[in-house]
Amino acid sequence: MWKRLLLGLIVLVLAAGIGFFALAWRSAYDPIDPPGRTAFDDAAIARGAALAGIGDCAVCHTAAGGEAYAGGLPIPTPFGTIYSTNITPDPETGIGRWSEAAFRRSMREGVARDGSHLYPAFPYPHFTKATDEDIRAIYAFLMTREPVRAEAPANQLPFPLNFRPLMAGWNLLFLDEGPFRPDPNQSEAWNRGAYLAEGLGHCGSCHTPVNALGAERKDRRYAGGVAEGWHAPALDASSPAPMPWTEEALANYLRGWDPHHGLAAGPMAPVVETMKDAPAADIAAIATYVASLSGGRTASRRSADQVVAFAEERAFGPVPQVDRPKISAVQAEGLQDGERLFVGACATCHHEGGALPYTRPVELSFSSSVTGPDPRNLVRIVLDGIHPPEGQPGPIMPGFAGALTDQQLEALLIYVRRHFGNAPAWRELGATIRDIRGSDAS
Amino acid sequence: MNAQFQPNLTRRTLLGGGGALVVSFSLRPFARAAAQEVQSEAEALPEWGSLKDNPMLDSWIRIDAEGKVTVFTGKAELGQGIKTALVQLAADELSVPLGSVALVTADTARTADEGYTAASHSMEESGTAIWHAASQVRHILTGWAAERLGTGAGELRAEGGAVLAPDGRRIGYGELVAGRSLHVAAAAPSRLKPVGEYKIIGTSVARIDIPAKVTGGVAYVQDLRLPGMVHARIVRPPSRGARLTGLDTRGAEAIPGFLKVVRNGNFLAVVAEREFQAIRAMQALAAGATWQRAAALPNEDEIFEVLRRLQSEERVIKAEGGGVTNAAQTIEARYLRPYQMHGSIGPSCAVALYENDALTVWSHTQGAFPLRAAVSELLRMPPEKVRVIHMEGAGCYGHNAADDVGGDAALVAREMPGRPVRVQWMREQEHGWEPLGSAMITEASGQLDADGNLVGWTYDVWSCPHSTRPGGAGWLLPGWEIESPFQPDRPKPIPQPAGGGDRNAIPLYRIPNVRVVDHFIPEIPIRTSALRSLGAYMNVFSVESFMDELARAAKADPVAFRMRYLEDPRARAVVETAAEKFGWKPGEKPGPGRGQGFAFARYKNLACYVAIAVEAEVDAGTGYIHLPRIVAAIDSGLAVNPDGIRNQTEGGILQASSWTRFEEVRFSTEEITSRDWGSYPIMRFESVPGSVEVHIVNRPDQPFLGTGEGAQGPTAAAIANAVADATGVRIRTLPLSPKRVKAALGV
Amino acid sequence: MMALDVNGTTRQVDADPDTPLLYVLRNDLALNGAKFGCGLGQCGACTVMVDGNAVFSCVTPISLLEGRRITTVEGLGTAENPSPLQQAFIDEQAAQCGYCIAGMIMRAQALLERNARPSDAEIRRQMQPNLCRCGTHMRILRAVRRAADAMGSASAAPAGGEARL
Repeated sequence: MWKRLLLGLIVLVLAAGIGFFALAWRSAYDPIDPPGRTAFDDAAIARGAALAGIGDCAVCHTAAGGEAYAGGLPIPTPFGTIYSTNITPDPETGIGRWSEAAFRRSMREGVARDGSHLYPAFPYPHFTKATDEDIRAIYAFLMTREPVRAEAPANQLPFPLNFRPLMAGWNLLFLDEGPFRPDPNQSEAWNRGAYLAEGLGHCGSCHTPVNALGAERKDRRYAGGVAEGWHAPALDASSPAPMPWTEEALANYLRGWDPHHGLAAGPMAPVVETMKDAPAADIAAIATYVASLSGGRTASRRSADQVVAFAEERAFGPVPQVDRPKISAVQAEGLQDGERLFVGACATCHHEGGALPYTRPVELSFSSSVTGPDPRNLVRIVLDGIHPPEGQPGPIMPGFAGALTDQQLEALLIYVRRHFGNAPAWRELGATIRDIRGSDAS
Repeated sequence: MNAQFQPNLTRRTLLGGGGALVVSFSLRPFARAAAQEVQSEAEALPEWGSLKDNPMLDSWIRIDAEGKVTVFTGKAELGQGIKTALVQLAADELSVPLGSVALVTADTARTADEGYTAASHSMEESGTAIWHAASQVRHILTGWAAERLGTGAGELRAEGGAVLAPDGRRIGYGELVAGRSLHVAAAAPSRLKPVGEYKIIGTSVARIDIPAKVTGGVAYVQDLRLPGMVHARIVRPPSRGARLTGLDTRGAEAIPGFLKVVRNGNFLAVVAEREFQAIRAMQALAAGATWQRAAALPNEDEIFEVLRRLQSEERVIKAEGGGVTNAAQTIEARYLRPYQMHGSIGPSCAVALYENDALTVWSHTQGAFPLRAAVSELLRMPPEKVRVIHMEGAGCYGHNAADDVGGDAALVAREMPGRPVRVQWMREQEHGWEPLGSAMITEASGQLDADGNLVGWTYDVWSCPHSTRPGGAGWLLPGWEIESPFQPDRPKPIPQPAGGGDRNAIPLYRIPNVRVVDHFIPEIPIRTSALRSLGAYMNVFSVESFMDELARAAKADPVAFRMRYLEDPRARAVVETAAEKFGWKPGEKPGPGRGQGFAFARYKNLACYVAIAVEAEVDAGTGYIHLPRIVAAIDSGLAVNPDGIRNQTEGGILQASSWTRFEEVRFSTEEITSRDWGSYPIMRFESVPGSVEVHIVNRPDQPFLGTGEGAQGPTAAAIANAVADATGVRIRTLPLSPKRVKAALGV
Repeated sequence: MMALDVNGTTRQVDADPDTPLLYVLRNDLALNGAKFGCGLGQCGACTVMVDGNAVFSCVTPISLLEGRRITTVEGLGTAENPSPLQQAFIDEQAAQCGYCIAGMIMRAQALLERNARPSDAEIRRQMQPNLCRCGTHMRILRAVRRAADAMGSASAAPAGGEARL
């Protein structure tokens, strides 16, 4: 009896093991000799370049100061640090020996050429929606880059997460394999936008909250998420943007600047930077689709006219000092300190009618960093400032990390939130500030 | 040390003359203001530099009863280290310790009129003058000592500020000059010391101005603080050519510290007790001003077509050879340069004091005397009632807003008699109103014979003026704004051999058939003037890019190809030195996305020789150019201060690497839209090259040659050539910005 | 009236609290080191230290600074007795026009007080906000390196070798 039970158990464990093995096991694709440039036609390479831009491949697959697509960028996840891989066609350290079929499988299933599982920090749950033709174009583009010899550092993941076959289970739970299915009730532009945003654009990777296992929550699509310590604002009807996201505004924003939403900051900045060269029609299509997610609604439910009127009321005039009586209404509420700091430190640039900085900052009343549910974006922007890519034109905001104490920053942001955001005070603002500054200092 | 550089300045010390032994001081009559740069460029350099024009020795050197030496130069320190080099020359030739020499820079009441500090001429003009004057003074002193000692002058020698006899008797310079005058004309010939006897010349003496600059001493006109001084700011029009149609001064008047609004036609300024009050008042006054805007600027998208359409004066500046008969292939190329900016880090500043019908202006102008002429015309005052004193400012790199703000300060000071008025421009004013480096077009055509020999060369260059310095009030910005405005006179081209827009348009290479044509565009669609190296930056970029294109067509190594056509041994030596120190290997590619590039020029075909080799790394994804390594070789004759030459050349290389990779002035039809460092990005530390080496080919037996601008053009071409080597793509339009490189590379 | 701690001395300042520190330093306290460059925190010519951190004094109102420790280049040393970092700038002849240099020194000083042994890459990153137009960058980097090396070995020495930061 005992023996039979034990045997049964062993059989069961073995069977489960074999089952898991069968589930997790992926064959290796044979290595190929790297195809030369002539193996690809120019049109496919050009299309691949645009698609790789929409997919932001270079953003993650380029280390700071490193060669484009040569990988090595540390990507912090709640589970540990993962390093992006080299996707240049270097035969030893890159994807030079990957056949198109192997590349396609990695995009669709998250499996490398040698059969090992990739982590979903590589957004194959989105890329799986790409068409064969688009994957082929991206392959053509990547395989015609300059090969760079660069080995990515080993991932820093704890056991058991460093056991790659586990990802098979994750895929079973969370991966919806297969190409994008268009919605016949929607326009062609909407479907194109949905295809790009859901697929290669992988917007949901940041803008959708994730569950405990790091998978996007299907019940809360685009309800706002987290990226590299920044809050990725909701794109659905709970959007914190004071001005509703219209197609036009989104298209402006994705090209660098919208008067009612400003510019991309934090981890979104390089995304916009790499998308700049995408075909205008594709940007417009993405804008169409993403605008439909909120349907022109915002969390505040204020109309555009109301938002504009409020912004005008709260904006500082050309000479901040003279205008101070205008904002004295809030002084009674104990916001004097923050107001004073704002007038001295911020109003130099954040006022109407001034000559500088030449690229005018967005009205703070329009900024979702001011009105959003989470203060960390605003904290980070004030501390670190905003800087265009080296040698390129773009607005500059100096960082105030050295100038402001924690208490001053808190007072300033309480005031900014109240005066420009017309929103209830953030809870945990002080803790967020200490948290961010503490982690920055370490 | 010069009174200007002592702290705790008072008006008295600044206005006062020199010490006790100031004898009658010879100044040339106020004269050669207008077009001075034009003239001096045209003249062959006199053997004695500026001593030829101002032959009185005490115009240059005076010695007081304590034996203290004061050297006077009509030139200005612009951050190029000229003060130190001039003191070195004087001290060594006079045989006095370096520390016993004080220097007075350009001051219309005290120094010789040496025109502009420009075109890398300071050492050739002022340096040569001081050197020779020092030599003559030493011989005079030795002669006086011989009289007193009753010996022959030949037995005496000068050392440590004294004349020594073989028997040990010694008379100090101070004692020698007592009761005697150095107000004597220089007499030919000068008997300079033999090169081997120099102890200070040829050594890297530390710059005398640096200690104050790193410790917060009074170093700049921006730091000048006079008793009773007030602050003014200018409200400039919102667009070029706008007219002031309405003004509400109440907002400005409400600012604490407000003193006065000064309005004169379209010129508008406000004065306040304190600087930040003046800034607030300026903001308030700007908000109260109504302007009729104008669209006076050309369309940015068509700027090069506009330049070609404008009437130009055509001059054939070189025509040689009887025509090419054996061309096997012809290569053609067109190069473009946008408007570029001086972009001084410190906005221009001046202090002016109007008192007892006389005006004094402290200014970082490059030409104290010409500015005096312009300001006296602007204020309609006699020139002898105007004094301009040079004080350093932030680096200007040519004709920036220094003179304009001098005019601004003068206009405001006249309305505030008795109170010194300090005016500094705001950042957006400096960016928006400074005279720019001209946009340019060049077209080159070259012919190779069947063996790949360069047999024909034609070259055309189109450019607006590169010198519109204030000969008069018609070239001062406020001169155009006041109620009775001044008209600028018609700009003139700077003639060859130095040239302006056509500077370095003639290649130094020996080519059998050459034709070079300058197309001078006198009209100025956007205000332009001298920016470091003038047209040489673009012409060397074009000529040296084109040499690479020809070398490629001839299937020759670019360095070897250049050497084939270089005859001047000094040119050959710098090319060889740069190539060797760089480790130039024909055809070698340093790695993926990397390339090497080379360029050479002799600045103005008259001054220093510079060759530069560059390694570039091009990020195909972003189009960004990283420069891991730059190696340069320079020959500027006798190296008076080798480290000074290295510092200048290094600086030129880095600045030109910023121009070449990033810089392009943007504009609408109303205004310049590059108004701050966000809209006009320049190099930051991230883009600083990995390493820069400068090797000096010293020529102790040769006269010193201008150094400060020699690296601009070769740097640009060497970068473009390295990018072409790295990517196989030739980019002929400046700047090689990430956007342009990325677009050129395609996918 | 406001009390400001500047270079270790308490200074009474009578200026609008919104006034940026830069103008108070230059006009009220007659300190020349911090320079007006842009007034926008884009160029760093105005850099000083507050509590050991580099800040743009042109966008830092004095209302932020009560009770805080302000250091300008004048507070490091004098022409006769320069600080190690100032001496390194002199030794490397790291100036052309020099207008940006006081700001450069203060930003570098903030780094060296935090990290006595910075890598070359860390030095470059630290200096990124400050602009130089003369092209003195190579010398500035060498000067900071030299000072770091000198101060690093000084602090490694046993007694009496404490570097004056």
